[in-house]
Amino acid sequence: MLLNELTIVEAADGLRKKKFSSVELTEACLKRIHERNETLNAFITVADESALLEAKRADKQIQKGVAVHALTGVPFSVKDAICVKDIRSTGAAKILDSYLPPYDATVIEKIRLLGGIMIGKTNCDTFGHGASNENSMYGPVKNPHDETKVAGGSSGGSAASVADHMAVYSIAEDTGGSIRWPASACGIVGFRPSYGRNSRYGIMPMASSLDVVGPMAKTVADIALLMETMAGHDPKDATTVPDAVPAYTKKLKNKPATARLKIGIPKEYLELEGLNKEVKAVSETVITRLKEAGATIIPLSLPHTKYAIPVYYILVPSEDSSNLARLDGIRYGVRADESALYDLYAASRAKGFPDEVKRRIMIGTYALSAGYYDAYYRKAARVRTRIIRDFEEAFREVDAILAPTSPFPAFGLGEKKDDVLAMYLADIFVSPAAVAGIPALSVPVGKTKAGLPVGMQVIGKRLGEEIVLSIGSLLEGICK
Amino acid sequence: MPRLSPTDIEQIATLARLKLTDQEKERYASQLSVVFEYMEILREVSVDDISETSQVTGLEDVTREDVPIARSDEVKRKLIAAFPERVGNLLKVPAVFHENLESRK
Repeated sequence: MLLNELTIVEAADGLRKKKFSSVELTEACLKRIHERNETLNAFITVADESALLEAKRADKQIQKGVAVHALTGVPFSVKDAICVKDIRSTGAAKILDSYLPPYDATVIEKIRLLGGIMIGKTNCDTFGHGASNENSMYGPVKNPHDETKVAGGSSGGSAASVADHMAVYSIAEDTGGSIRWPASACGIVGFRPSYGRNSRYGIMPMASSLDVVGPMAKTVADIALLMETMAGHDPKDATTVPDAVPAYTKKLKNKPATARLKIGIPKEYLELEGLNKEVKAVSETVITRLKEAGATIIPLSLPHTKYAIPVYYILVPSEDSSNLARLDGIRYGVRADESALYDLYAASRAKGFPDEVKRRIMIGTYALSAGYYDAYYRKAARVRTRIIRDFEEAFREVDAILAPTSPFPAFGLGEKKDDVLAMYLADIFVSPAAVAGIPALSVPVGKTKAGLPVGMQVIGKRLGEEIVLSIGSLLEGICK
Repeated sequence: MPRLSPTDIEQIATLARLKLTDQEKERYASQLSVVFEYMEILREVSVDDISETSQVTGLEDVTREDVPIARSDEVKRKLIAAFPERVGNLLKVPAVFHENLESRK
């Protein structure tokens, strides 16, 4: 096995036993990036030099045997919408083409303090706006399993970087499904924790009432390890919850008795018209196996599921339009050559944003404008309450909900690019949990005949990360 | 919801500080009309006696001491270096007021 193909747990073990060094592991990942990035376009910026310096430092730390953590010396990638100190962070937008953040996002700072090796910044739909990575101003990411297919979005580069072994894991951001759907499309594990569990300080904000930062990795055990490091209250993000962070890895080892698990299967997902037949068949097999393993399967209904997309695409563009007002060419970023203030704003933004960002800013501006606010934003915010209540009701009966992550496997590049609504509807299974602010974990559970990965998501109650990870680990076991 | 015209789009874009080409106005008018038409299904949902959700943590009145946080000279230098235009250490911006105020929206 090649070093870059290891999981975090395996890499940490090898590093600690001195089977290989962090420099060797980092070089293996960099080599893979240089072989494959031209084809896959997973990275916008590769940090060769600083990664190797960090790896040398990590090797010294490991040699001395002081403060060695499982993440020490292990290379990871970071979605480009998350700030990394002194490394170009564009959010896949030309307006930030040469932006160098003078600080690390809190989650990145935590990982780097433990000796994690930041290997590069990954491609994404600009500011996370999209479900195929085709809205990136740096070109689309290709799926490592089939280069004619999308890698999913918005965190397509992060997913491809892990699936193609260019990085051991990735740190990304999920507003509607941007971690789970690309994880599903590329056959890796992706976790959206509860809103407020991880600090968002230092991420480029999209929709502040939905944005979460989460990990993407090869196994659920790696995800648990990362969550343990990333989670926790941050005085720099007032939405982080003060609750203590559970010992996720320990809890994962003490598996709950499968016989006592009650897993809900919402009919609105598996009975969706247009659900891909192979995705349905794979999902049904998984449910049967869970039943055989002793879990109680409870069919249930989440009646407001179909309203999650319209709710999402009113609330998110509204918050987007307001958040993105900060990008105006004044204090940082690319400034258009105009002498009048209004023209400078309008031209800098016109040049620096792709179509989808402009569309979202306009949808939001319209939805928030006088005379339309009640009909759109207020209505959506109230329907959001209905969606939350659906879940609350379900969790009175079940420990977790299981559903496909997406109605289809990775689709063809260009297939939905010009159909704005079809692209929005790609988020149909991932947006409800996002709107509700609850944790959801996508786990690879099988493949289509053509070899495209299929993922299923475990959805849990607010701050119930442990049970979600446990069931994810159980799924991993039965789908081997 | 009436269909959005290129003129509507122009108005929204002005509010949003976006300069659009005529082709963009046409394209966005038809695309956004489709999107807003789809939003109409929210009418089916009764929300009488339902309150709005604007946040999900339940946290309220999160405050901190209003004191400046010291930044190193290195950070200050980097922030200044990120200015698109500057005069010494000052950020250069276009004049906010014009002789002819009516010319700008």
